[in-house]
Amino acid sequence: MIQFRMPSLGADMDAGTLVEWYRKPGDQVSHGDIIALVETQKGAIEIEVFNDGTLDRIEVEPGHKVPVGTVLATIREPGEAASTALEPAAAAAPAPEVAPPTAPRPRPTAAPPPPAERVEGRAKVTPVARRRAAEAGIDLAAVAAGPDGVVGLAEVEAARRAAPETGAPAAAPRRIGIDLGEMRKAIAAAMSRSHRDIPHYWVSQTIDVTPLFDWLEAENARRPVASRLLYAAPLAKAMALALKETPQLNGHFVDDAFVPAGAVHLGVATALRGGGLVAPALHEVDTLSLDAVMAGLGDMIPRARSGRLRSSELTDATATLSNLGEGTSDAIMPLIYPPQVAIIGCGAAALRPWVADGVLAVRRVITVTVAGDHRVSDGRSASRFLTRLDALLQAPEAL
Amino acid sequence: MSGTRRITYREAVREALREALTRDDRVFLMGEDVGAYGGAYACSLGLLDEFGDDRIRNTPLAESGFTGAGIGAALGGMRPIVEIMTINFSLLALDQIVNNAATIRHMSGGQFSVPLVIRMATGAGRQLAAQHSHSLEGWFAHVPGLRVVAPATVADARGMLWTALQDPDPVVIMEHATLYNEEGDVPEDEDLAVDLDRAAIRRAGDAATIVTYSANLKKALAATDELAGEGIECEIIDLRSLRPLDDQTIMTSIAKTHRAVIVDEGWRSGSLAAEISARIQEQAFYELDAPVERVCSVEVPIPYPQHLEQAAIPQPHAIAAAVRKTLRR
Amino acid sequence: MTDADLMDTVMTTFFSVAPDLEGEPVEPEETFRKQFEIDSMDFLNFIIGLSKTTGLEIPEKDYPSLQTPNGAVAYLRARWDKAV
Repeated sequence: MIQFRMPSLGADMDAGTLVEWYRKPGDQVSHGDIIALVETQKGAIEIEVFNDGTLDRIEVEPGHKVPVGTVLATIREPGEAASTALEPAAAAAPAPEVAPPTAPRPRPTAAPPPPAERVEGRAKVTPVARRRAAEAGIDLAAVAAGPDGVVGLAEVEAARRAAPETGAPAAAPRRIGIDLGEMRKAIAAAMSRSHRDIPHYWVSQTIDVTPLFDWLEAENARRPVASRLLYAAPLAKAMALALKETPQLNGHFVDDAFVPAGAVHLGVATALRGGGLVAPALHEVDTLSLDAVMAGLGDMIPRARSGRLRSSELTDATATLSNLGEGTSDAIMPLIYPPQVAIIGCGAAALRPWVADGVLAVRRVITVTVAGDHRVSDGRSASRFLTRLDALLQAPEAL
Repeated sequence: MSGTRRITYREAVREALREALTRDDRVFLMGEDVGAYGGAYACSLGLLDEFGDDRIRNTPLAESGFTGAGIGAALGGMRPIVEIMTINFSLLALDQIVNNAATIRHMSGGQFSVPLVIRMATGAGRQLAAQHSHSLEGWFAHVPGLRVVAPATVADARGMLWTALQDPDPVVIMEHATLYNEEGDVPEDEDLAVDLDRAAIRRAGDAATIVTYSANLKKALAATDELAGEGIECEIIDLRSLRPLDDQTIMTSIAKTHRAVIVDEGWRSGSLAAEISARIQEQAFYELDAPVERVCSVEVPIPYPQHLEQAAIPQPHAIAAAVRKTLRR
Repeated sequence: MTDADLMDTVMTTFFSVAPDLEGEPVEPEETFRKQFEIDSMDFLNFIIGLSKTTGLEIPEKDYPSLQTPNGAVAYLRARWDKAV
C-alpha cells in the first residue's frame, strides 16, 4: 500500500487545505494523473500522483487543512488486496452505518467553506462532527452546541435534518484563487531563508540580442498568430541548454549536499497582478522544440495567474529564470529560491550603443545576471554559463 | 454441526493440556506443584497419574530456572508448557522470557526458534493481595518476539493452547484467576483449536465500542446489560490477542459507533489501554465523536480487604458511566 | 456591427485570457499593459483570441495599433470595412 501524502510545494509550505478529490476509491490512477486539488499560499494546486495503482482509501476529506506529510489517501499497488479497515463497503466488515465510499461526495463545483471560518476559535467540535459537517457543506458556526458546549455528531445531524432539501451545500461557493497576503508571507519566508542561508554571488554579462530579435521578427511574420513566438521562448531554451552544460548551477542543495539534476526544469518567475510572484517549472526545457517551449509557457503562465498550478510544477524546478524583459529596468540581482542553487535574472532588452566588429552601432542588448550558491559553485561557473548563453543567442535559428 | 457441552474454564484448561499431551509426545508440563497437587489452580489435577512424572514435572520455587529450562527444551526440539503460578512471580523469570525466549530467533539470525508456551494466572478479585493479584499483561505485550493471548471465554481457554503450541515462537497465555470457576459452552467437535489472531465481537451494538480482554469481558457484559435498559446498545470487543493487537476490528467498530471505552485491569499509566487509545487516535481520529475513555485499576498495589480490592479494579458501573460520558449523557 | 459591439468583442476576448481581471473598470484610451498590468504573454493570448473570434489574421507589425481598447476597436473597424 502506498501512502499518498500532502506534498511540500516549496520551502515555505507547512500545511494545505484539501479542496477536492478528482478520483474516488476504487479508481485506477497512474503516474502523472491529477487526483486532488489543494489550496495553498500559492493558490489552488492540482496534485499529481507518482505511482500506478488503485485509489484505496481517502483519509482526508475536502475542507480539512492538514500539515505537510499527512497521509491524504492510500493507493493500492497493482495486485494488492483492498484494505477493509474503515472501509466497510469495500468488504464484508459489519459497519453499515458509515457512509460508504460510493455515497455522494460533495459536488465538485461546491467548494467547502473557507478554512478561516472553521479552524479558528476554540469551539469544541468532535472530529467526526467536523468531518460530517464538511461533507454535508454545513457551516459549523451555525450549528448549535449541546448543553455541554460541544458540537458532536448529533448536533451536526440535527442541523442537516433542519435544512435537508438543498442539494448543494449551504456554504457560499468560494472562488478558488490566490490570497496575495498569504502569498507575500510565503515569498517573505522563502527569501528570508535564501538571504540567510545561501552565500550568494552575482555575475553579470550584457549580451547582444539583435540577431535574436531580427530572427524572431522574420519568423513571426511567417507564422499565423496562434503559433507566434515570444522572446521568452528562445531565451528559456538557450538558458536550459547552457544550464545543461553547467551542472553546478542546475540542481538542489539538500541536507548539506548538492544534488545535481539530470534534467533542466526551468522555473519561470511569473509576476501576478496585484503583487504576487510564483515560479512554476517548465519541464525538460533543454529537450523541447521552441514551439513546445512556447506552448508550455502559454499554458502554464495563465494557470499561474489564476491559481491553478500542478504540484510537480511547484516542486520540480532545478533553476529559475527571472525576466524583466517587459519593463525598462537594466538589470536585476535576484535571490535564489531554495533548495535551488542558481537563478538567472534578465533586464529589459533595450537599444544601446554597442561596439561590434570594431564599429560603434546601436544594438538591442540585455544584461543577464546569474546568482549562484557559493556552497556549490563559484563565479567561474556562472561566467562559463553566460559565455555559452551568449553564443547560443547569436544563432537563434539553431535553438 | 454438532452441539455444545458446558464445562468450567478450569476443566477447559485441563482438557486442553490433556489433548496436547496426547496428540504430541514432545509436549510436557512443568511448574510449581503441577504434579500431585494438581497446580495452584488445580488445572493439572489428575494429569500426573495419566501421563507420569516425565511429562508432568514439579519444579523448585525458582521461576527463572525452570523457565530457562523450558527455553532450553524448546530449543532442543520439545514443546514445553511452563506454568507460572501468578504473573507477579513471572517477574522472577523476566530475564529468561524477555532476554532469551523473545530474542533468540532474532539474535541467531533465524537459526533457532523457541516454541515455548508459558501459562500464568493473573489479576485481582480473590483477596490474594498485592503479592498475587496484579495485571501486568501490558508489560509482556510490550515485547517484540512474544505473542501474548488472553482467553476470556471457556471455549478460548479450551482452544488456544493447541494453537499456541503450533507457533514456532514463544506464546504467553494469560489466565485470569477469577475465571477458573466460570462455566461456559464448548463445541463437541473433535478439533477445538481456535485462531489467535483476531479479536472477537462479543456483543454487537452501535452506541459505543467497549474494548476489553480477559475477565473484564464479564464486567463489560454486565455494564452493557445495565445500559441496554437505557436504550444504549454497546459493541464489545474481546481482544483475545494482546500482542499483536487486531487494530482492524477495533477501528471498524469505531467507524460505526464513533465512541470508545477501553477496560483494562492494568494500571492506567503506560497501560495496554494507553496503547489502544493511542492507536485509535492515530487510525480513527476522524471517526471519533468523543474523547476515548479508559476504565483501569486505581494506581495502588492491589489491596487485601475485599471492599478496597473491589474499589481498586474496574467495575460494571464505572464502565457504564464511562460509556455515558462518551455519549455526553 | 456597431463600435459598441466591437468593444464588447474586444473586452470579452481580453477578459477570457485574463479571467482574474473580470469586472475591473475599463479605461478605453489607456493601454492594456498599463491599466491591467499584463505582459507579452497575456497580450499574445489576447491577439490570438481576437484572431479566433473575428477570423482576421493579425500580423505582428499591427500590434502597436491594438495597445488600447479604443485602438483595438478602431483597428477591427478598419479591417472590417476593408473586408466588406
